Amino acid sequence: MAENVLRLEDVTMQFGGVVAVNGFSMEVNKNEIVALIGPNGAGKTTAFNCITSVYEPTNGRILLNNEVIAENHPQGKMKDLYKGENKGKYTKVVKFTPDRITRRGIARTFQNIRLFKALTVFDNVMIAKHMRAKQNIFTATFRLNAKEEKRMQEETMVLLKEQNLDLYKDHIASSLPYGLQRRLEIARALATEPSLLLLDEPAAGMNPQETQELADFIKQIREQYRITILLIEHHMDLVMQISERVYVLDFGKLISSGTPDEVQNDQKVIDAYLGVVEDAED
Amino acid sequence: MNKNNSSKITAAVLLILLFGLVIFLEQVIRPTDEWAMLLSCLRMGSVYALVAVSMNLLNGFTGLFSLGQAGFMLIGAYTYAIFSIPLDLKDSVYTFYDYSVKISFPEVLGNVFGGFGMITGVLVSIILAGIITAMAAFLIGLPVLRLRSDYLAIATLGFAEIIRAVFLWGRLGPVTNGSNPLRRFTRTSDFTMDVGNTTLTLGTTTIMIIAAACIFVIILLVNSSYGRVFKAIREDEIAAEAMGINLYKHKQLSFCISSFFTGVGGALLAIFMGTVMASNFMAAMTYEFLLIIVLGGIGSISGSVVGAMLFVFASQWWLRWLDSGIITLFGTRYILPNTIFRSGFRLVVFSVIIMCVVLFFRRGLMGDKELPYYWNKLKSRIMARKPKAGESNG
Ligand SMILES: Nc1ncnc2c1ncn2[C@@H]1O[C@H](COP(=O)(O)OP(=O)(O)O)[C@@H](O)[C@H]1O
Ligand SMILES: [Mg+2]
Repeated sequence: MAENVLRLEDVTMQFGGVVAVNGFSMEVNKNEIVALIGPNGAGKTTAFNCITSVYEPTNGRILLNNEVIAENHPQGKMKDLYKGENKGKYTKVVKFTPDRITRRGIARTFQNIRLFKALTVFDNVMIAKHMRAKQNIFTATFRLNAKEEKRMQEETMVLLKEQNLDLYKDHIASSLPYGLQRRLEIARALATEPSLLLLDEPAAGMNPQETQELADFIKQIREQYRITILLIEHHMDLVMQISERVYVLDFGKLISSGTPDEVQNDQKVIDAYLGVVEDAED
Repeated sequence: MNKNNSSKITAAVLLILLFGLVIFLEQVIRPTDEWAMLLSCLRMGSVYALVAVSMNLLNGFTGLFSLGQAGFMLIGAYTYAIFSIPLDLKDSVYTFYDYSVKISFPEVLGNVFGGFGMITGVLVSIILAGIITAMAAFLIGLPVLRLRSDYLAIATLGFAEIIRAVFLWGRLGPVTNGSNPLRRFTRTSDFTMDVGNTTLTLGTTTIMIIAAACIFVIILLVNSSYGRVFKAIREDEIAAEAMGINLYKHKQLSFCISSFFTGVGGALLAIFMGTVMASNFMAAMTYEFLLIIVLGGIGSISGSVVGAMLFVFASQWWLRWLDSGIITLFGTRYILPNTIFRSGFRLVVFSVIIMCVVLFFRRGLMGDKELPYYWNKLKSRIMARKPKAGESNG
């Protein structure tokens, strides 16, 4: 049986009266590429934010490598306000912070790129290496960590070379063209040495050729780093080409899941989503 | 690499020359000379530079806005003073109280190891001042640094006001001397060294060296992995957290280190002022440092140093004549009409100058760049000019 890396169980995220994600369950297995699709506002980014502990789900449970990393049930004011499903199914509360999630091996990129804008390309990646370094503030200040610092620099250069960013190493991150900024964000995420990589609309704003390159690149990093990838994407051709399984969200609810072919031919998906995209693209 | 090393050597040589010059000036300038103002401004300027750089570490590099500088300096100054008054002089200082701190580090170590021991004792007191200040910061940070950044400004400003009242409180008199000043601790004029049959005065040099050493440590920190993380937090907290950075831990580190050096700055202030009184550490002092880092450039360490020196020299010395109406140019004394040249006019002119600087240098004198950057720019501009001259000849 396939090994579960990530499992969401009945995850609900309610903001005030808005239920952004509703009773959403999904599984991601080791070394898979899984896509999460759905129209705008369907709750995909919110699901990512729950997985990475940016938000605390209102109800439900999330497991990473069979360890609970988030669990909650409606409390306080939410008890009366709660409009989601599976009320009363969960009783425990488990909370993490985003940095601890990253430490446990989930790295992510953001839908609206979040680089350290005023810093160099090189420093952007170096910062991601800080978490796994053994130095402390004393050894780092007085340069007693020279060996480790050198190793971090070398690994950073390797990552930048792989992304063809080595020529830009001293450039300020915000001065890079859009496509390169996306690549830098992926390089930075990989620098945290993740086992699961979450990509939020990595092809947004890319032309067909760039999108194709990205598809090859995602497959390549999966092999090279032996990681699992969960991506949110709007480009259907990209999703169909690289993902092994697809989950479809609409208004916060899972409406379909399966292989790309199965999903593509599901009438509910066509109604809710594919029709919209094709309209938009025509 | 080579280029990097050679510029480091140049910087080191320049610094040694600078300190040599200060030592020389300190021997030839008598306290009654008009030029004694130069030494006094150098002392105050270095202390202000240190505190401004510490403030910049927090505001400019970590993006945390703290307004507690006066309060932290107060703690540093008092800690230094309390632990540096010789025991036999304590009764004459604590006239209304039975003093409770029965140790003086400069005295104890000075009795055993002589002049060298005295200096070591001073350093012990200074480091203690830094540590106690950092501990105070840690306690403030404990609740506040978990919240949004804006709360830090309010909390530290409030803390600075409260701490002043606490130090003036009669109940703490045996430690703080209540509302009476602390005096007679080791101060600038005590830093002398006998060489043969002459006595070298080294007060200004000592203060400058300690301040410079602290600034050097901050520069090392800012350029280390931790410095990069501080900048990452300034740039984008959410992204920093997604990179596995524990926001609270690193903010607390930056806050405590900044406060440590602010406390050291307070101790140095005590050394050159000679007396310490809680009521002098007003919020206005904090705004002076804020002004300095904005003037010098937020995120530029050399900017803070230059800003502090300009601020101190202008406000304490160069603009003095605006208040007194007396100006000496090439040995001739001019008396200006006292209708406008009277007490307070200096501040008016000073404010106008600062407004002009802010108008013309939106991001401060140096932006977020350091001196070597401008030096290299100047060099390359000169280099670029030479071949052009050749062209026009040919
Ligand atoms: N922090 C928030 N506060 C309130 N509502 C939110 C918040 N984040 C997301 N939402 C709402 O949740 C819904 C889903 O948003 P999102 O997850 O960004 O959609 P998607 O990424 O699928 O386009 C939207 O209606 C959005 O307005
Ligand atoms: Mg989204």
